[in-house]
Amino acid sequence: MLNPEAKLNPKLFDKDVEQKPTRDGYGDGLVIAGAEDPNVVVLCADLTESTRSHKFAEKFPERFFEIGVAEQNMAAIAAGLGISGKIPFVSSYATFSPGRNWEQIRTTISYNDSNVKIAGHHAGISVGPDGATHQAIEDIATMRVMANMKVFVPCDAIEAKKATAAAAKIWGPVYLRFAREKTPVFTTEETPYTPGKAQILWESQKPEVAIIGCGALLHNALVAARDLEKEGIGAIIANCHTVKPLDEAKILEVVKKCGAVVTIEEHQIMGGLGGAIAELLAKNLPAPMEFIGMQNVFGESGSPDELIEKYGMGVKDIKAAVKKVLSRKK
Amino acid sequence: MIESLHEEKLKYLEEMANRIRQDVIEMLLEAGSGHSAGPLGMADIFTILYFHVLNHDPKNPDWPERDRLLLSNGHICPVRYAAMAHAGYFPFEELKTLRKINSRLQGHPHRTTLPGVETTSGPLGSGLSQAIGMALAAKLDKKNYRVYCVTSDGEHDAGNTWEAAMFAGKRRLSNLTVIMDRNNIQIDGFTEDIMPLEPLKDKYEAFGWHVLEVDGHNMEEFVDAINEAHAIFEKPTVIIAHTIPGKGVSFMERDYLWHGKPPNKEEAKIALEELRTLGKRIESEHQ
Repeated sequence: MLNPEAKLNPKLFDKDVEQKPTRDGYGDGLVIAGAEDPNVVVLCADLTESTRSHKFAEKFPERFFEIGVAEQNMAAIAAGLGISGKIPFVSSYATFSPGRNWEQIRTTISYNDSNVKIAGHHAGISVGPDGATHQAIEDIATMRVMANMKVFVPCDAIEAKKATAAAAKIWGPVYLRFAREKTPVFTTEETPYTPGKAQILWESQKPEVAIIGCGALLHNALVAARDLEKEGIGAIIANCHTVKPLDEAKILEVVKKCGAVVTIEEHQIMGGLGGAIAELLAKNLPAPMEFIGMQNVFGESGSPDELIEKYGMGVKDIKAAVKKVLSRKK
Repeated sequence: MIESLHEEKLKYLEEMANRIRQDVIEMLLEAGSGHSAGPLGMADIFTILYFHVLNHDPKNPDWPERDRLLLSNGHICPVRYAAMAHAGYFPFEELKTLRKINSRLQGHPHRTTLPGVETTSGPLGSGLSQAIGMALAAKLDKKNYRVYCVTSDGEHDAGNTWEAAMFAGKRRLSNLTVIMDRNNIQIDGFTEDIMPLEPLKDKYEAFGWHVLEVDGHNMEEFVDAINEAHAIFEKPTVIIAHTIPGKGVSFMERDYLWHGKPPNKEEAKIALEELRTLGKRIESEHQ
């Protein structure tokens, strides 16, 4: 059943559940952060409307910097601002930032300990028709591997807003990951959100499998868990919105209860959330695992739903992964 | 307005630059690796920056009103470290720890380990962008500090440098001054063979900059250029400083093979002798 403490949207299983892209939450979160702290500044590389940075630009034009199509310049300018007392948010598509400017992020932001927040938009294959060039499926890995970097992957527009506002108040480099397409808003304003703390969304009476995920695919996980419950298979779903630092205590607690794990992310199965959890479990609590995500392939053009299905991240795939991992458990 | 150099000050600065060149040789010998030509070539400019131009307080390196000096081509850091030690940022003895374990003097400078190093650098092409960030912050905060950014000619191969040049021109960042070490060498050879950069003056002008060219070993000319940069209100300024790589050590001068290697014991001995002789000459010339 749904964890009552998570105060999730009671309509989340309804067909007409509200749908909104997580990038909208970024735009709203920037405005909140900008109002709360005059040092918040926003930089964008010719994708102002698309990354929803325009909301901040309209409200605080003197604190908005249009950099043009120059992501390396954007990252390093932000680094200079960040070590001069500002709290810069750099906004672009994740394939370009942190894709194209990874080294500038490493040297001038992360190693330099500059207080910069990197917002990678259009992450995952649900970007859709634009195709694989614009579908970032490596960004969690490339950011997670960097010392001094935190990684936040919000699951819906409300959590995205909270994550953005929270990032402004946390010292140091943070990577924030957002998606283009509308996805169900399944949390609420009342849902607790603490960076670094994984959150239980669903817990069956007798859980046999831990489903640990990040991002909008968690909605698919909830639908899958409800179906599985009807089939007599209990699960716990953890929203691991902070991929780094990982909430090790909570994950180990959940895996101890269940003894098997399915990880879910709209990302390559190597090096992302699944990889992070595998590292943790290999060291502390080995358990059978299945990984939902991109299986060492690139995406392609298509509608978001078609792509999620084709690349094995739909509800039926999650259910199949659960059954497979349970068979390995026995 | 930076004061022009009177005779006594000029002598002091020239002697200091000579001392710093000797320190660079000793540091590189001790470290057993590092770059020789660039630091020697930029010794005059780092001396005049630290001992005449910069508004700074070595005992209070985080003073918010200080001028910012960024070194984009981080590999020439021995010259910066030596100038900083003489200026009083850290104990002189620490220079011998360059590139060694547990040292604050990293092979390429790291902001958080050594107070007074404004930013981390080494990978080429992104120092100017960071300087722009600082210049923007100064404008937002209505602060009067100036941002100086030392760049190399070789790093003008990098797209990031030109992205930054374009942006600074667009924003008319007049509180930003770039000092380009135009020494014509990079690791693989002469810059114009590796990747032709000229006409640099025209390129910067086309990007909306005020461009000055100076002899990078003529301190009086350099002070004049800095003053002109301060006087230009509608544009950022780049001072193209023509320097001789390896300056002061005859067998290193203008030889790109000395870009990326340190002297051995014998070479260091000869280099130090040459520099000491030069030091005596400076003294006699100013008498």
